[in-house]
Amino acid sequence: MSLSKIWVFVEPSESGVSSTSLELISAASSIAPLVEAFGYGVGPEVSQTLGDHGATKLIAATGLDGVLAGTAVASVMAKRIAGDAPDAIFFAATPEGRDAAARLSAKLDLPVCTNVVNLLQDGADLVSEHAVFGGAVIVSAKFTSAGPGIYVIRAKSFTAEPKGGAAAAFEEVNVGDIGSAGKAKIVQSHVEARSGPKLDEAPVVVSGGRGLGQQESYQMIEELAKLLNGAPGASRAIVDAGWVPYSYQVGQTGKTVKPSVYIACGISGATQHMVGMKGAKNIIAINKDADAPIFTIADLGIVGDVHKILPKLIEAIKSKG
Amino acid sequence: MNIAVCVKQIPDQSVPGRLDPGTHNLVRDGKLILDDSDSYGVEMALQLVDRAGGGEVTLISMAPNSELSGLRTALAMGASKAVLVSDPSLAGSDALTTAKVLAAAIRRNPFDLVMAATESTDGYTGTVPVQIAELLDIPSVSFAKKVEIENGVLKVQRQTESGYDEVECPLPALVSVTAGVVEPRYPSFKGIMAAKSKPVDVLDVAGLGTGPLTSGQEIVSVRDAEERASGTVVIDEGEGYQQVVEFLESLKII
Repeated sequence: MSLSKIWVFVEPSESGVSSTSLELISAASSIAPLVEAFGYGVGPEVSQTLGDHGATKLIAATGLDGVLAGTAVASVMAKRIAGDAPDAIFFAATPEGRDAAARLSAKLDLPVCTNVVNLLQDGADLVSEHAVFGGAVIVSAKFTSAGPGIYVIRAKSFTAEPKGGAAAAFEEVNVGDIGSAGKAKIVQSHVEARSGPKLDEAPVVVSGGRGLGQQESYQMIEELAKLLNGAPGASRAIVDAGWVPYSYQVGQTGKTVKPSVYIACGISGATQHMVGMKGAKNIIAINKDADAPIFTIADLGIVGDVHKILPKLIEAIKSKG
Repeated sequence: MNIAVCVKQIPDQSVPGRLDPGTHNLVRDGKLILDDSDSYGVEMALQLVDRAGGGEVTLISMAPNSELSGLRTALAMGASKAVLVSDPSLAGSDALTTAKVLAAAIRRNPFDLVMAATESTDGYTGTVPVQIAELLDIPSVSFAKKVEIENGVLKVQRQTESGYDEVECPLPALVSVTAGVVEPRYPSFKGIMAAKSKPVDVLDVAGLGTGPLTSGQEIVSVRDAEERASGTVVIDEGEGYQQVVEFLESLKII
């Protein structure tokens, strides 16, 4: 049996629907004839965009009342799954996507495939490819049990491609009482302001790591990013240390970026970090340790002290005006 | 305040990981250590129990063999006891099977809170904690960066894509914490000595009473990813920045 229907978990963004949601819809529509978006925080205003990318319907969970979105959507999906009978369900590897996939998997006793970076059709089967060991090894897997396969897919694994479809039909589903899972509630949301282009969309990303030595040195990263019309990023080490917010983090637990140029400053290249940036078209690394793994994937590596190199680099770019 | 903390013993990450060519499972024949990501959960649990003025931190772990060295590290930090489900049949378990085993092990002792890392360093599926919460029928708050308990209410700062949410939740509940939430303590000499005699309840799957466990997925193949050709590496002798300028110019970035 080939796949005839795929559900794609969709999430909101400032511009309507998140770019990763659209990537997954495009991927799904290249695999199955029928693709339905299933999400929260979006309404009829995104129907045309979703339709353009291949979704025929948007099912939106409403009345969340502070319940964590992934948990809420999973519960609505579980109620509808028997009637709607999707053959596969795609989630992005975001906090909400992972919550939803995990809840749904345990509710329905279905296995879940995570860290998916590619999907291939092998006859009637869908084979998923997973990057392990920081992307050095690709493992291919498939489900052996019956029931819809649950896939958690990394951002930027697929390209969002508008195909010019009709607007997706819109349907609202009220979440209602979801039992004990719904007892965790958001009482207040905080948005951390950042200026300039978005980290996962910027053509240039300049990231800093532990090699910066101290929080104050991160200013150089921000200045260089601004000069290059790029976004500043960070390794997990300095996010953990509290120097910059989590929204700056590039890597396994942070954002996946694929800019035209990635400049890694004082980052040694832990697998955690490399899996989030090795898809960059060009990589420049500056690090004082000549044996740092980051140099194995850099197009240009400079072995040296970021505190000496970055000020000169910033001055040189400024003087070019 | 009784807290169950899920911890994983993993191969030393300074040694490159490899997969068994026959079974495609991660090779775990060397010494296993406490996953760094889990030390944050252990530390936070110890602090919460301290602040509550009493209770126990129980470690919950699963392994295909009866390796204990990683658990001893967490016991030396101050955890009271451990439950280890150890069974060769668990080698290569998928995320849901892992969650079923851990949930059954957690149920063996009374608990107010379950803690886990957001994801393990070696397997990083990132779904196990919330699967456990669903199996235990309790609320969950993932991606927690700050956790407090006030009057029996769990208060969490939860990371989001754009900032963070303040989330509140009654107990019992599960929290998965990100690295960096607290500074894990180093075990003291006294702690290390005491850890040797702390109780570790070692069970096999039959003793757990979960019924048959089967993974619903199989690995079809394993291959090395295409390697990026490494480029030029130069040693900075004062003019290294010039190379970066020229490279950016060649890409028409500046």
